[in-house]
Amino acid sequence: MKATTSIADTSFGYRVSVFADRRFKYLLVWPAVLILLLVAIFPLINLLIVSFQDISIIGENKTFQGGLNYGRLFEDARLWQSIWHTLAFTAVALPAELILGLLLALLFVDRMPGRGIFVALLIIPTVISPIVAGAMWRLMLDTQFGPVNQILGWIVGGPVDITWTVDRAFVWPAIFITEVWQWTPFMFLLLLAALSNVDKSQIEAAQIDGASGLRIFFKIVLPAIKPVLAIVLLIRGLDLFRLFDIVWALTKGGPGTTTETISLYAFVLGFQQFETSYTAAIAFVVIVLLSIIVILALRRVELAR
Amino acid sequence: MTAVSVQQPLGVASSKGWWARKANRRLVVRYIVATIVTIIFLFPVYWLFIMAFKTPEEVFASPPVWLPSDFSLDGFVELFRDGDVNTVMNSLITAGTSTVFAMFFGTIAAYSLARFKTGGDNLAIWIISQRMIPPITIVFPLFLMYALLGWIDSFHGLILLYTAFNLPYVIWMMRGYIEDIPIELEHSALVDGWTRWQVLWRVVFPMARAGLFATAVFTFIFAWNDFIFALILSRTEVTTFPVQMTRFFGHQQTFWGKIGAMSVIGTLPIFFAVAAMQRFIVRGISMGAVKG
Repeated sequence: MKATTSIADTSFGYRVSVFADRRFKYLLVWPAVLILLLVAIFPLINLLIVSFQDISIIGENKTFQGGLNYGRLFEDARLWQSIWHTLAFTAVALPAELILGLLLALLFVDRMPGRGIFVALLIIPTVISPIVAGAMWRLMLDTQFGPVNQILGWIVGGPVDITWTVDRAFVWPAIFITEVWQWTPFMFLLLLAALSNVDKSQIEAAQIDGASGLRIFFKIVLPAIKPVLAIVLLIRGLDLFRLFDIVWALTKGGPGTTTETISLYAFVLGFQQFETSYTAAIAFVVIVLLSIIVILALRRVELAR
Repeated sequence: MTAVSVQQPLGVASSKGWWARKANRRLVVRYIVATIVTIIFLFPVYWLFIMAFKTPEEVFASPPVWLPSDFSLDGFVELFRDGDVNTVMNSLITAGTSTVFAMFFGTIAAYSLARFKTGGDNLAIWIISQRMIPPITIVFPLFLMYALLGWIDSFHGLILLYTAFNLPYVIWMMRGYIEDIPIELEHSALVDGWTRWQVLWRVVFPMARAGLFATAVFTFIFAWNDFIFALILSRTEVTTFPVQMTRFFGHQQTFWGKIGAMSVIGTLPIFFAVAAMQRFIVRGISMGAVKG
């Protein structure tokens, strides 16, 4: 700190990064980077090694096996089924959450007394544990003493006994209901924030010009909230790709493999069938592919900041 | 709208009735819809919570009981009697300790990234990308490593994982909060001869305390709500409450009283934490992308 007089001459950032404290700036970062390396990179290297060996419940063959496990990926119908489930569910659940969240946000965007209380209550589903959420809906949808079947019974005027978590036709709807219930509030909250920031004067000007509400929404509001839309779709899309907890709480992937997602299948392979090397190959492919997608997507978001 | 109210004096409008005004009718409709929607979203929470207060007969009544008759605390009594509350304690220890570590190491790293642009955008993006990979693919290789080290079912194993998993979030969030603080204060403190650590502790942390608090709450919630990591890396000693809850779903019988009571214990702290920091929720759950 001797050269204090010259600090004022140059910009703070320039001075610090070039001269003053190289040691300090790295000192601050290395513990975090070390922890991430320990938990992310070293196991990843180990994963890569294991994926080229042949370790399973049958035996451990630690010699190099070439593309043995990676070749299996293409012939594993159950793997592709689980990927299909994951992607198809994402394709259905993501727009549903988005549209419901957007409708809710539009309902609340104009000021109304007590709005804060409604918002505080509505975000509760999003912050609770997915396992608790799963338990809630397992109970709601219970065949005998669940209120959903009871209410449906009132509507159709006779007893309804849908076995939501067992019947092949109803397991995906059950997961869908739980997922949409838990994450629509997330969409709602972020879209409400985005809508509140839309320039009101533009909307008023359009109203004076006689533009319809729908036209205003598509021409003014939607373009204004597009950056937020992109971010919420990215966050939720990636979340949906790792769907596990809710399915576990409701069906554990059953009946059979009807509701098995990629995460569930990896769990079954790795921790129930002990197909260590094959699971390693799947995990490695998923990590590499998703890292590329995430980094490309984030770079766009980051640069837009 | 304004043109209409100019033509009609106030007295005329009120004599024609409050209901006649379109804006008022709209507001009423909005309140009705908002109330219905809120009830729909909160009903499952209510329904599970009352399980904790129902008598065993009421729990398994068909058609279900919508309002427990006498607030029986059987669910909670069973939790304590069977020692299930220990798992809540385990959650508290692992989530709490990992939050402290993640906040400390994350915030100092975030300071470096925010002020010195350490590693440029690439380091920042790499760090946050670590957060977006499916947990199952993170935990599988880690499981192999922990098995070698004998760290399965240990507190330090789970705490290390939660710390690492939350670090990217803390760094990403705190970088944003620190960038919001005017740099001139740190500048003048340095000119006054403070050391860099003093600047960090006495200027940056106090200035960022709201952000620190909000980020810590979310970090805690993420660890508290985790299921998959604890499912795989715990056996009996460090079982957390969500893992224990799934064990109440038996093949023969489901212990709804216990599940209800456990949900109340596991959820109420989060309600209060989130309510206390409502101003920061939008920023917190959008990873700082939306500032609310």
